[in-house]
Amino acid sequence: MIERDLVIVGGGPGGMAAAISAYENGIKDILLLERDQYLGGILNQCIHTGFGLNYFKEVLTGPEYADRFIKKVQGIPGIEISLKSFVVHLTKDKVLTYLRPGMVKTVKARCLIMATGCREKTREMVHIAGTRPAGVFSAGLAQKLVNIEGLLPGKEVVIVGSGDIGLIMARRFTLEGAKVKAVIEIQDKTRGLMRNVVQCVTDFDIPLYFKHKILKIFGRDRVEGISVAKVDDEMNKIQGTEFTIDCDTVLISVGLIPENELIEMAGLELDRKTNSPVSKEVNKTSMPGLFVCGNAFKVYDLADSVSKDSESAGRLAAEYLKH
Amino acid sequence: MTKELICIECPKGCALSVDIENCRVVKVSGSECPKGEKYAVSEIEDPKRILTSTVLTQGLSLKMLPVRTDRPIPKSRIFEAMNEIRKIKINKAVNAGDIILENLLGIEINLIVTRDVI
Repeated sequence: MIERDLVIVGGGPGGMAAAISAYENGIKDILLLERDQYLGGILNQCIHTGFGLNYFKEVLTGPEYADRFIKKVQGIPGIEISLKSFVVHLTKDKVLTYLRPGMVKTVKARCLIMATGCREKTREMVHIAGTRPAGVFSAGLAQKLVNIEGLLPGKEVVIVGSGDIGLIMARRFTLEGAKVKAVIEIQDKTRGLMRNVVQCVTDFDIPLYFKHKILKIFGRDRVEGISVAKVDDEMNKIQGTEFTIDCDTVLISVGLIPENELIEMAGLELDRKTNSPVSKEVNKTSMPGLFVCGNAFKVYDLADSVSKDSESAGRLAAEYLKH
Repeated sequence: MTKELICIECPKGCALSVDIENCRVVKVSGSECPKGEKYAVSEIEDPKRILTSTVLTQGLSLKMLPVRTDRPIPKSRIFEAMNEIRKIKINKAVNAGDIILENLLGIEINLIVTRDVI
């Protein structure tokens, strides 16, 4: 079996920063596995600005921020980039099985960094009653449909939750000619950044309902509307405050969870609440030589913070291999 | 008159208090850095935003290409700018930073691509 000094799973901001840092700290045999056909991860669909202010002291869009790392990773001969490589299995001996078009490959990693990012919470995880028509999307999926696929998934939109991706998509849908009828947030303040409330919601006079919750989704084949009510301090519905909003699309933006099924498969312990690896120190896990970085370790607000913390995973990997 | 603003220059989002006389900003407080004052003046007197969107390609490896204005444009002209951006079609390879439309809306703003495409 082929053995590599360092294997990194995930070619987004976390994996790329970890790869560069590992190389700069002395590891010269690195395999970077990315399931997509491009490096950059989710940054490629984040076409808005707001990236890089901390890391590069410049205002960049997601693709521009990714591009800086992509050019750097591609320029390092010690880093082998393997695209369209989807890891499906991981053992406790750090043996990875991954699929590439037309083949199944295995590789043993002396040291392993997981930079697998996170995924969005779904409608099912926040218990919204009603029917199950077409037209319910997670905000990030809608972002991919609009920005990568060039499709507009709806014309009259309600956004449930005020996470950053939901706020960003409120603006994006509006710019593309859709009507965003409401953003519904159960808490008394936004889950996202205040700047995104200002430039994505207030700028376009989109109603933002704090301390409100969605009760039901209506519609047989396609979403036809939702019902909403005010909630009290215990987040229980206040009787008599119910109203409906007609819409054809509901976006769910209620948070992110780290994607860690592979290390769980290898026997590592995960925190059941957060889906993060149980750990006392950033990027470390209960298994020596296996590190987790970026949003897979914990969900960050900023890509800049992902890059910075992932560099430490690269350093930790280099230290591990020296012993 | 005093107006409350949230600065959007960085993720911190400082709460600004802006004193305004005759549509002009005379005093800004609450900002943790000099960007806040600059933002407050612009936001009251001539609000601007960087506009980002996508344009359609033809015969290239990506269907949609992300673009942005190279400088902030007046907030009031964002939808007009979107109408211009929607007309663009890219059919040759470009690199991030390349200008694909000069002098957008005749206000000396250029539209640049933000991703390489072949």
